[in-house]
Amino acid sequence: MAGPAILAPSGLQALLDVLRARGYRVLGPQVRDGAIVLAELADAAALPVGVGDAQAPGRYRLRDGEPDRVFGFATTAQSPKAVLFPPDELLWRGRRTADGFSIEPVAPADEPDHRPVAVLGVRGCDVAAIGIHDRVLLGRAHVDAHYAARREEAFLVAVTCSAPGGTCFCASVGTGPRPRAGSDLVLTELTEPHRFLVEATTAAGEAVLAELPTAPATADDLAAADALVEAATAQMGRSLRTDDLHELLPASAESPRWAAIAERCLACTNCTAVCPTCFCTGVEDASDLTGDLDERHRVWDSCFSLPYSYIHGGAVRTWTASRYRQWLTHKLASWQDQFGTSGCVGCGRCITWCPAGIDLTAEVATIRELAEAHDAVAAASDGDVLGGHR
Amino acid sequence: MTAPMLDRTPGVAGVAGVAEAPATATGTAHAAAAAADPMLPRPFRVTARHLDTRDTVTLALDPLDGVPLAFAAGQFTMLHAFGVGEVPISISGDPRSCGPLLHTIRDVGSVTHALVGATPGTAIGVRGPFGTGWEVGAGQGGDVVVIAGGIGLAPLRPALLELAHDRAAYGRVVLLYGARSPEDILFAGDLARWAAHHRITVEVTVDYGPPDWTGRVGLVTDLVPRAGFDPAHALALVCGPEVMMRAVATALVARGVAPERVRLSMERNMKCGVGLCGHCQLRELFLCLDGPVLGFDRLAPLMDVREL
Repeated sequence: MAGPAILAPSGLQALLDVLRARGYRVLGPQVRDGAIVLAELADAAALPVGVGDAQAPGRYRLRDGEPDRVFGFATTAQSPKAVLFPPDELLWRGRRTADGFSIEPVAPADEPDHRPVAVLGVRGCDVAAIGIHDRVLLGRAHVDAHYAARREEAFLVAVTCSAPGGTCFCASVGTGPRPRAGSDLVLTELTEPHRFLVEATTAAGEAVLAELPTAPATADDLAAADALVEAATAQMGRSLRTDDLHELLPASAESPRWAAIAERCLACTNCTAVCPTCFCTGVEDASDLTGDLDERHRVWDSCFSLPYSYIHGGAVRTWTASRYRQWLTHKLASWQDQFGTSGCVGCGRCITWCPAGIDLTAEVATIRELAEAHDAVAAASDGDVLGGHR
Repeated sequence: MTAPMLDRTPGVAGVAGVAEAPATATGTAHAAAAAADPMLPRPFRVTARHLDTRDTVTLALDPLDGVPLAFAAGQFTMLHAFGVGEVPISISGDPRSCGPLLHTIRDVGSVTHALVGATPGTAIGVRGPFGTGWEVGAGQGGDVVVIAGGIGLAPLRPALLELAHDRAAYGRVVLLYGARSPEDILFAGDLARWAAHHRITVEVTVDYGPPDWTGRVGLVTDLVPRAGFDPAHALALVCGPEVMMRAVATALVARGVAPERVRLSMERNMKCGVGLCGHCQLRELFLCLDGPVLGFDRLAPLMDVREL
């Protein structure tokens, strides 16, 4: 594989052109409605040059970023989840027939625009999240055929994060700020002079890189990228200790903290919608007025909704506390049993987009403190008993 | 005991009367087809509808494509009422039969209402079968105690049919069954047949008995301590409301049955049946894949936590 290369800022347009010429529908970060979102991108001038984001619990604002910097923001408001795993996916169409009904499967290839997708500007957290979705949706007994079709053809251009936000904690969960394996190309935006370090990590990435106007990277370029990663790591807004979560959260099922969180949690499902790894779905059957046509849609669902756990007689999780406990315990602990990895990549979106500003890193720390205090009391009372015997 | 057969459809002489032909190799062909896309319902036709009780119906289904659906006792399917929706329903027929596919359905919501109202000729979508089975054979050589609450008898019927079929391979076989009232007793003909011809001890109790009811009144849990089986060599199969299963399993373990030999069939919301939609999770378990049938050794700590 060819070594790292340097691409001039003007080369971003060449990258878009190469990807489009190869048949990709290219998506990249752009400013829309006061946020940086992924949208179809043909012109590099539409990238959010000089725009940054300010993220805090329950707060997201655009701000002036470093002038000329193209990727000077933390994360896109929504992750690429919505691209590879759409919120509403038509699974099949049914039609009443003389002897019953027929079912016609619908695949991503049946959509009007079924070009494979290329995403520019994927952060390390989101690259890791796609890797987790690969395990959940492709790596088990049953493969999600729709996700498989989109994912197999997708081309990912990751970009090293230089501007982690106030809710970010990728460094503590090991997914960034330098993107790990999982993308096809990795860009790192360097300044003085403004340039991009480009590394190909797959054969597809290699082929695209070969078509770009680049020069070989120097040791100074690599050192500058390392320095950028180091600086970004230092400005990470939050951190999450993960080593004990597999045991801590199940053991804390009766923690008083869940009820305290539920006093703030609105069960609005924002966190699961913006979480790049949440994968729960429901199905909706829609028929027309004649009743002869029936469509099945798979739609994003959330463990925070009451109907999510409904069975005859009522929902299993009636309390918001039960639902928050389910979400957090699944994300950080059960996920490890099910998929061999944590379900959290440290993107911080659930904190930013929570209207009540609930911060899972703080809640985990509090749950841990309560558990340790509980254990300390138990140990102390054991000691007293022993002491009494002596 | 009289079966409450209020609306007998021609062709179905009670659930037990449905023709049961030997299984064939065609099940393998279907297994391959289902593996191709488990999300696509296969059209089946209702060939018979039997009103079991005032709110419960058994549907006999034949595949339009002629390929029968092979299943293990305890497995479930996703049944689809065209234009209405889809629900998980356990199979209540004989796993050894490649005759009609039987589901016994209680009318409790919009989809089950549509299914219960499906008359012969109606097309119903079927996905599956999904999930784990009872593994009745693990009880061979010892006693088997089957404990059902309400509609929970339906998922246990395939297991009881297996036990009756291979009766000589088992020691004592006991069925403890709790129903709301005498009118709600399911499969009365089967109960009488199992007791009369298959040496299965059938004990029925109801929550509410009218003046002419001469049988037991009370919780099925109360029958566990007195039932005739050897706990040290018993396999227990339990299905019913979760609170009942927890009490019954606790009573069985208290009598000395090993927790892993106490098997429960769990119910949760299910949308896909293949572990992708997330709804059926119980801590680390996907009940559609890891269950619905699981040992009490796995379930006990999870059932102890409210609203897990």
